[in-house]
Amino acid sequence: MTSKIKSFDELKSVQERLKAGRDPKKPCITICVGTGCLAYGTRKLVDNFREELAKRDLTGKIDFRTSGCHGFCERGPMVVISPEKIFYQRVGLADAGEIIDKTVLNGEIIDRLLYVDPQTGEKYVHEDDVPFYKKQTRLVFGQNSKVDPESMDDYLAIGGYSALGKALTGMKPEEIIQEVIKANLRGRGGGGFPAGLKWDETRKAKGEPKYVICNADEGDPGAYMDRSLLEGNPHLVLEGMIIGAYAIGSSQGYIYVRNEYPLAVKNIHIAMRQAREAGLLGENILGSGFNFDLKINRGGGAFVCGESSALFASLEGRAGEPRAKYIHATHKGLYDKPTNLNNVETWGNVPFIIEKGADWYAGIGTEGSKGTKIFSLVGKINNTGLVEVPMGTTLRKIVFEIGGGIPGGKKFKAIQTGGPSGGCIPEAHIDLPVDFDELTKIGSMMGSGGMIVMDENNCMVDVAKYFTNFLVNESCGKCVPCREGIRRMRDILVDIADGKGREGDVELLQKMAQGIIDGALCALGNSAPNPVMSTIRYFRDEYEAHIKEKRCPAGVCRALITYSIDPEKCTGCTLCAKVCPTKAAGGVKKKAHTIDPAKCTKCGACRESCKFDSIIVR
Amino acid sequence: MEEKVIEIVQRYSGDKSYLVPILQDVQREFNYLPKDALFSVSAHLSVPISRVYEVVTFYKAFSLKPKGRNQLSLCMGTACHVRGAELIARNVEDFLGIKEGDTTADLEYSFETVGCLGACALGPVLVVNGEYHGHMNIAKSTKILKKLGKKVATDDEQD
Ligand SMILES: Cc1cc2nc3c(=O)[nH]c(=O)nc-3n(C[C@H](O)[C@H](O)[C@H](O)COP(=O)(O)O)c2cc1C
Ligand code: SF4
Ligand code: SF4
Ligand code: SF4
Ligand code: FES
Ligand code: FES
Repeated sequence: MTSKIKSFDELKSVQERLKAGRDPKKPCITICVGTGCLAYGTRKLVDNFREELAKRDLTGKIDFRTSGCHGFCERGPMVVISPEKIFYQRVGLADAGEIIDKTVLNGEIIDRLLYVDPQTGEKYVHEDDVPFYKKQTRLVFGQNSKVDPESMDDYLAIGGYSALGKALTGMKPEEIIQEVIKANLRGRGGGGFPAGLKWDETRKAKGEPKYVICNADEGDPGAYMDRSLLEGNPHLVLEGMIIGAYAIGSSQGYIYVRNEYPLAVKNIHIAMRQAREAGLLGENILGSGFNFDLKINRGGGAFVCGESSALFASLEGRAGEPRAKYIHATHKGLYDKPTNLNNVETWGNVPFIIEKGADWYAGIGTEGSKGTKIFSLVGKINNTGLVEVPMGTTLRKIVFEIGGGIPGGKKFKAIQTGGPSGGCIPEAHIDLPVDFDELTKIGSMMGSGGMIVMDENNCMVDVAKYFTNFLVNESCGKCVPCREGIRRMRDILVDIADGKGREGDVELLQKMAQGIIDGALCALGNSAPNPVMSTIRYFRDEYEAHIKEKRCPAGVCRALITYSIDPEKCTGCTLCAKVCPTKAAGGVKKKAHTIDPAKCTKCGACRESCKFDSIIVR
Repeated sequence: MEEKVIEIVQRYSGDKSYLVPILQDVQREFNYLPKDALFSVSAHLSVPISRVYEVVTFYKAFSLKPKGRNQLSLCMGTACHVRGAELIARNVEDFLGIKEGDTTADLEYSFETVGCLGACALGPVLVVNGEYHGHMNIAKSTKILKKLGKKVATDDEQD
């Protein structure tokens, strides 16, 4: 595709032509090459498929597509065979030939590659039936498995850019904004601010030029949905941004993306070039007279740069320090011009709202939070992956029905949402319907959608220490409450974890937290105490155990635990003695071993290697 | 060095707002940010050296020290943390005798910790010279380090 598309009608005919050129019955092999699956070595599997197809002279006769993340990263490498949508998981790198011969050519199912639900023992052949997928509502993320991120044709063939065509030719900018307001699309990047209202403010603000920006900084250290959306379906995000720019009256946009996401950077670059060539980006888009172009800027790896004013500073080539918020970015943002910043997933929702209408969209979700949300469900969970559900879905459904529960028969302890600004939610709230307001009510927040599951072996003081330490390192240092306050909170947490906690430390932490919340300049500082506050609120007994009894109930905090061996369980296999770096563990072969506490550095190597669960940590 | 910096600056049409990406490209070229390169950037972009230095020390991605021949990154994202990444970090630090963020004196190894790599299903994840190693544990990390040591030794023999 190189010739420019000059009108909505022409766009429609291009889409029709592409669709007609694709025989829905023609077999297609799709392999996920998202970051998670690539880490399994999937690139080699792709090469093997190409080779095996060529060997059989089937190149071109059978469609072969590589796609972005499908969400079920736990089960990669994964192959989906259309039209039946047969789902193979944990595919071996040498399985390509067999899959082609048996399944693609002869319709035979290869039993060992099918997904078996570990809870029920049930086996599934088709992707759509797998409970992990079936119980989701995959609106924004659903297209990922249908397109090759490097192919605009793929995106056009599933109707891509129709929303843009509709917006540019049939709707006034104000109408688009009204539609987004009516849909009550709320920002997916953390705050949940209504996108339509922000667009409206920016449109009405005085000053030229106006900028629209996509926030792809994704600083939450436990989330990867923005990355997967940009990597897997860049045209969706572009389409959303172009529509937004038209509504706001902007001709220049930026995508601020982490330098650590090279694949996202590459795919968005390709998508932009294709869109320009097709006349969907640049001058006179779809013959409408509307001009808009985009630049990509790679971030330097600072969490605070996800914050709007710090992001602008970074885009201008300066250190990313936030400024006070008495002036709105909608009036004075990047280069002091009216600026509209939205998150990747927020932009990704826009085409659906325009295409299907605000009423349809508002039919999904809860009273105050509409649509779906993508969560990255990770940690101590059986089905690690990206999960998209309607707002208001309960934590229980997400963790146990979609996530498949906790591995190793362990007990669920807590789920952390909202990243470093969020909080830990205990089991008592497992039936909470997840939306912006409900999460805030119980002391956590939506954040970007990280969901980290923790079991009985995770210590809540340690988790609070982890996030606080992260924020100490990421604080930009501009204001005292945050720079000094968080550091002091961290020191107190370290003391508690080291067994040096004192009576009154919990109260002191709470007092300091209030000071930081009141005094910090930006939301990094304002929300920094959340992980500490929420763990104190729900797991105060664990703090007390550390402080008063000098005991870490979960067996994590090193200063408070000792390693020993259960003589009843130990078989004397000698493995622990072999891995122990200090020769603390040892004994006579086939007899129960022991650990010398004076030599033990509590490195944990023996516990992870013992196959008989004989190492006791208390 | 000067020519390379000029070439990179020109890639961005000498636009000051691209200071961060320009420095990223310079770092990719030299594997760290040598002092002379920073002065060149300052001169050719007409940005005071103090500003360049401010930016370089602000962002975590920049390094003023050369990186080791072998680069190890351990994911310390939340998901990997709750699966015990900290014990692995300690093991790597003890093994190499350096702290996270440092390079060994012989410039053989650099070790850093990073946020989520997007491969949480495989967590904890250790990236060794660009290659992902999943389901990492203490014993596996020791094995990888020992193997790297051997490779380094034979490389040297061939030299
Ligand atoms: C410390 C900090 C980090 C943030 N990081 C991100 C981020 O990585 N991605 C993001 O979209 N928003 C992030 N935000 C929120 C943004 O400031 C902003 O609210 C958001 O990008 C607006 O888009 P939305 O309304 O579509 O969510 C962060 C905020 C703070 C205070
Ligand atoms: S609250 Fe923290 S991150 Fe925000 S401006 Fe102050 S020091 Fe910087
Ligand atoms: S590894 Fe376990 S079973 Fe084997 S000797 Fe050590 S404690 Fe006993
Ligand atoms: S924790 Fe480490 S040092 Fe202690 S006994 Fe086990 S392997 Fe040895
Ligand atoms: S990367 Fe393949 S399913 Fe997520
Ligand atoms: S937290 Fe380590 S890969 Fe996601």
